[in-house]
Amino acid sequence: MVEKALFTIMLEGVFVKNFLLIQFLGLCSFVGVTKDVKSATGMSGAVVFVLAMSATVSFALFNFVLVPLKLEFLRTIAFIVVIAALVQLVEFIVRKHVPALYRSLGIYLPLITTNCAVLGAVLLNVMNDYNFVQSVTFGVAAGLGYTVAMLMMAGIRERSNIVNVPKAVGRGVTYAFFVATIMSMSFVNFFGVIPLE
Amino acid sequence: MNDVLINSIAVLAGLGFAVGAMLVAASRIFKIDSNPLIDEVAELLPGANCGGCGFAGCAACAEAIVESGAPVNSCPVGGFETAKEIGALMGQEVSESEPEYPFVRCNGGKSCVTLYDYEGVDGCKAALMLCDSRKGCTYGCLGLGTCVRACKFDALSMGEDGFPHVNKNLCTSCGNCIAACPNEILTFAPDTQKVHVLCRSHDKGKQVKAVCENGCIGCKKCEKECPADAIKVTDFLAEIDQEKCTACGACAAVCPQGIIEVR
Repeated sequence: MVEKALFTIMLEGVFVKNFLLIQFLGLCSFVGVTKDVKSATGMSGAVVFVLAMSATVSFALFNFVLVPLKLEFLRTIAFIVVIAALVQLVEFIVRKHVPALYRSLGIYLPLITTNCAVLGAVLLNVMNDYNFVQSVTFGVAAGLGYTVAMLMMAGIRERSNIVNVPKAVGRGVTYAFFVATIMSMSFVNFFGVIPLE
Repeated sequence: MNDVLINSIAVLAGLGFAVGAMLVAASRIFKIDSNPLIDEVAELLPGANCGGCGFAGCAACAEAIVESGAPVNSCPVGGFETAKEIGALMGQEVSESEPEYPFVRCNGGKSCVTLYDYEGVDGCKAALMLCDSRKGCTYGCLGLGTCVRACKFDALSMGEDGFPHVNKNLCTSCGNCIAACPNEILTFAPDTQKVHVLCRSHDKGKQVKAVCENGCIGCKKCEKECPADAIKVTDFLAEIDQEKCTACGACAAVCPQGIIEVR
């Protein structure tokens, strides 16, 4: 197998395999934390951090502990433990240093633990046999893709508050679902950039 | 087979232990020294997070009371009872204050001329930007219910007559409706104040009559009638000095527009 260039992996993670809009992973925060741009930014920052860290740690865990001991089947549970611990760590840091963000993120911060985008990225790393640099790149790219989608969604929803939305579309979550659909359809066009094998 | 079993247990136990140790260390490093009093005060607050106190929520209010010396009766929702309990916790005496309720200073509603059909963004603030209100009277209630939506306790309802009504049984005096109204129709008034002028139009009598059946025309009849000298007409609007008012109702009896309310 030809080694994929880092740039390709980056593009894939951000656009072609966008976690929220193409793979539909981690959708609960996509609807839950996109009411305003500020908390969406904070949430995205936390997710990027957790993704980068968990890509690093889980790569080490998988290749230096699980593979030598032939315990690959344990990867899901092991990764979840790692992710949970990292999220807890992020929570400590955010609560200490950015209490306002901590309050606005609310329950969604601990929910990154079960955010399937994080586990998904880590498991995809393993499935694609990425080496260390590729893994971390894909982790960061997935986080950036998440950020892009979150910020677009939050921006649209913020502006939608001051315009007339047809009653049939509604406001709040209903509106978010409509927007998510249309955004997702537009992201499908990125399939042309890098053909999915 | 045995190897795999033992290895699995060892790896997961080791992982759990390592992660646990790391988290313990992290929780020590990032420990927050919060005053336990804050939690106790927060416990006493209603927990509605309405923002009526002016802080971001009940937790923020509790923090302000304990840390930055906000008054113990900061919470308008909890009222005297809550203030007393918090005061006991903080070692402060609390004197009872009379409950205040929002009161609607407009009686126009349907009897006030509507200039055009408004079909824009639903909300008084936006409607007010268009030609200074869709109503003939620029002082009056627009009747689109921004205050009703601002109320988190269902205490306000938009009446058939086209302006909001306050249900005092549900009202918690949080002040959200007063802050929400772009035209300053609502204001706080203690329950002990019995007489109110249901209009805030400073337009001349003729102008008021042209657009609204229930507006103050500044005729000064009430001013002359008042035995306590408590009512004054300034800029074509009657205003009551609540300190002098004896709630005799003489003003209400003579008002040709019927806009002085005696509760």
